[in-house]
Amino acid sequence: MNTIMKTNSLIPFLKRRDAESAEKRGVSLSSLRCFATSAPLRLLVAALFFYGATAQAKLNLVVTTPDLAAIAKEVGGDQVEITTLARPTEDPHFVDAKPSFIVKLNKADALIEGGAELEIGWLSPLLNGARNAKIQPGQPGRILCSEGIAMREVPTVLDRSKGDLHAAGNPHFIVDPLNARIVAQHLADAFGKLDAKSAEKFRANFDKFASALDAKMVEWQKTMAPLKGREVVAYHNSWLYFAEGFGLKIEFFLEPKPGIPPSPAHLAEVMAKMKETNARVVIVDPYLNRQTAETAARGTGATVLDVAQFPGGVKGTDGGYIALMDYLVNSLAKALGEKK
Amino acid sequence: MSGGAVMNFEGLSMKQIKQMTQRLMKLVLVVGAFCLFTGNLRAQEASELEQLKKEMREMRKQMQQLEQKIETLERKPQAAAPPVASVVTQPAPETAPAAPAKKSWSPADPIRVGKGGTYADLGLVATFAAGGSTANDIEGGTELGGHDPNQRGFTVQGVELNLQGAIDPYFRGNANVAFMVDSAGETQVELEEAWLETMSLPGNLQVRAGQYLTDFGRINTQHPHSWAFVDAPLVSGRLLGPDGLRNPGARISWLVPTPFYSELFFGVQDSQGETAYSFSYDHGGEPFLGRVNGTGSVERFSDMLLTTRYAASFDLTDNQTLLAGASAAFGPNSSGTDTDTQIYGVDLYWKWKSPRAHGGFPFVAWQTEAMVRRYEAGTYPSLVLQPGFGGLPGYPVYVIQPEETITDWGLYSQVLWGFKPGWVAGLRGDFVTGETAQYEELYGTDLSRAPRWRISPNLTWYPSEFSKLRLQYNYDDRDGIGVDHSVWLQFEFLLGAHAAHKF
Repeated sequence: MNTIMKTNSLIPFLKRRDAESAEKRGVSLSSLRCFATSAPLRLLVAALFFYGATAQAKLNLVVTTPDLAAIAKEVGGDQVEITTLARPTEDPHFVDAKPSFIVKLNKADALIEGGAELEIGWLSPLLNGARNAKIQPGQPGRILCSEGIAMREVPTVLDRSKGDLHAAGNPHFIVDPLNARIVAQHLADAFGKLDAKSAEKFRANFDKFASALDAKMVEWQKTMAPLKGREVVAYHNSWLYFAEGFGLKIEFFLEPKPGIPPSPAHLAEVMAKMKETNARVVIVDPYLNRQTAETAARGTGATVLDVAQFPGGVKGTDGGYIALMDYLVNSLAKALGEKK
Repeated sequence: MSGGAVMNFEGLSMKQIKQMTQRLMKLVLVVGAFCLFTGNLRAQEASELEQLKKEMREMRKQMQQLEQKIETLERKPQAAAPPVASVVTQPAPETAPAAPAKKSWSPADPIRVGKGGTYADLGLVATFAAGGSTANDIEGGTELGGHDPNQRGFTVQGVELNLQGAIDPYFRGNANVAFMVDSAGETQVELEEAWLETMSLPGNLQVRAGQYLTDFGRINTQHPHSWAFVDAPLVSGRLLGPDGLRNPGARISWLVPTPFYSELFFGVQDSQGETAYSFSYDHGGEPFLGRVNGTGSVERFSDMLLTTRYAASFDLTDNQTLLAGASAAFGPNSSGTDTDTQIYGVDLYWKWKSPRAHGGFPFVAWQTEAMVRRYEAGTYPSLVLQPGFGGLPGYPVYVIQPEETITDWGLYSQVLWGFKPGWVAGLRGDFVTGETAQYEELYGTDLSRAPRWRISPNLTWYPSEFSKLRLQYNYDDRDGIGVDHSVWLQFEFLLGAHAAHKF
């Protein structure tokens, strides 16, 4: 216990030294290293140095999921520093509440979350540990992206025999570009409140993103127009907003109820419906069981298409929200067209 | 087609706007009625008015958003008309945000903020076990935990009611009340936890006060339903007690400003009672470590139970996280006038989770805890039966047992493998022992401190996040008693809200 106490008491000292040297003498990182002989200490000094150097004017944003992070990046530009908690390939309902996230939230100027209970399983213990007044509910630093979104499938009765429903409605709203536009605007306003000096810049960034999105929207709608009304099968009911945005029908799911694993009987039922409705494509997110999708596809002559709701979730979507939507629209159009 | 669709769109939106306006009018009427009805607005009604105003603001916001949507679409070039058409035919949200407002309001209805709900999350977890053992001393013998299976057949391990929520802008609150049925069929009620915690103290500090599970190691702060095994580890049963270490008190924790997670805890709690098992507890008049103890009471600050813990965590890779901690607990015990107990522990938790985890699977987690207890036992007068010489009967001798320091230690290590969604295979090893004490030279070996080890493989199936079934086998080898085999089937269900678990 004693040694631990000693290490802790070193920290403020190092930080002070770090700040002093940076400001008065302009001591470089390498000369600072002379003070710290052991490797962990050296790391600590380096980390504190960088922390001090970057924590000046930029807004330090922590974002729960990569889709919201991509939009925050568009709007925030270089005025913001973004840390994303969930990874693009993992199930956003079940992210581990890693202690390192507590540290990130502790230092955040703002927390951007979906706001529709997608993160309900992991965000609250992190927030309890973060002890950051700026991101408490109701503060300008607590940004709920679902505000202003017309939420769909809001259950009128909460009953878990129907599966794990979200009381606030289907939370996978971002894959409708119109919703992405609303979120971007909401973020521009919210960032402007946090950093009034850059408000104009955020507004300009939003306008730029919105017009790029509007132009793309025309293109995407043109691509999807001939496929209106076509059936696509998904694993989990996370594509409702996408289907509605582009006139597709996504109404059969490989899992019988939200969060309940597929049973052979249910799978047989879905396959019968696929044949009936001539559904030619099964879409599957990176974290879902591709084998189940392949089984369904094999039995019906359909193809399996890898999709993701998060930029970076599938290859070629790292570029951001527009890159992701480009991929989704084009690959889906291709898959639906090919098999006609 | 395009023109028609656009018309259709405009009609639809106008309809929506009309609906909104109608709702707004209704609200205005209601508000007006309120004002007329109540000449003198009392505080409560004022707050209701506030809520109505808030609803109006929300509706206005929704209208603005609809207008924005129209504007966006109108700004599109003419050439874009056909694709826009399909955007346009996007069905109007039926169950959408205003859904609750659809229901016409009647004066008997409560007026609620947003969609209503409650100010606290209410949840209930019920855990049961069924099975049997070759041992005849299950309760307190093979199974040391207070929530462990306590007999052959069925056991109500715990029905735990949890309430939690924000108290006000400064504190959040949590309460856990557990019901159990003991082996005699009596229902027991336990106040496991009831505390408030600050939400944003300056200086990265946080204070928790009330009745709480002491921050000592890992398993002690977790409620039994979140354990990965049917029963408590032997080391926590022996050293921290059947119900773990918990008591009324307060603790402060400091999130140390390091780039990695590291937190320092310091707690002060009462040191007496059943849930301070190794401290000032009379053990119900039963001998404990060779002595019958009195009840302790707090006379000065040094009579309190003081605990401290340091925990640090590192993300080894994107998929692997390590959490390590060291804990210590100091307090008086009631075996003498100035006798103390010290318990030290170290704990380690490592977890790997697939970057493509679905529902949290697959994963591998390893958890280990080791603890040591130094127990300063006071002098104790007792009668010891001396064997007689040359075949004569023995005779009792009055002996003053001297002061002594009794050391016990133990550890457990467990590995969990979530091999497919909903399925977890687990393996746990337990070992506990104690150094031979002077009182044992007088009375013979104390079997409750004798070396013992246990191996427990198990398999858990989670049909959903809210239910589970677990089958576990225990191979139990107790020095001086022998080998026992136990098989338990545990089942659990969860109703209502449930707080997400800490890492």
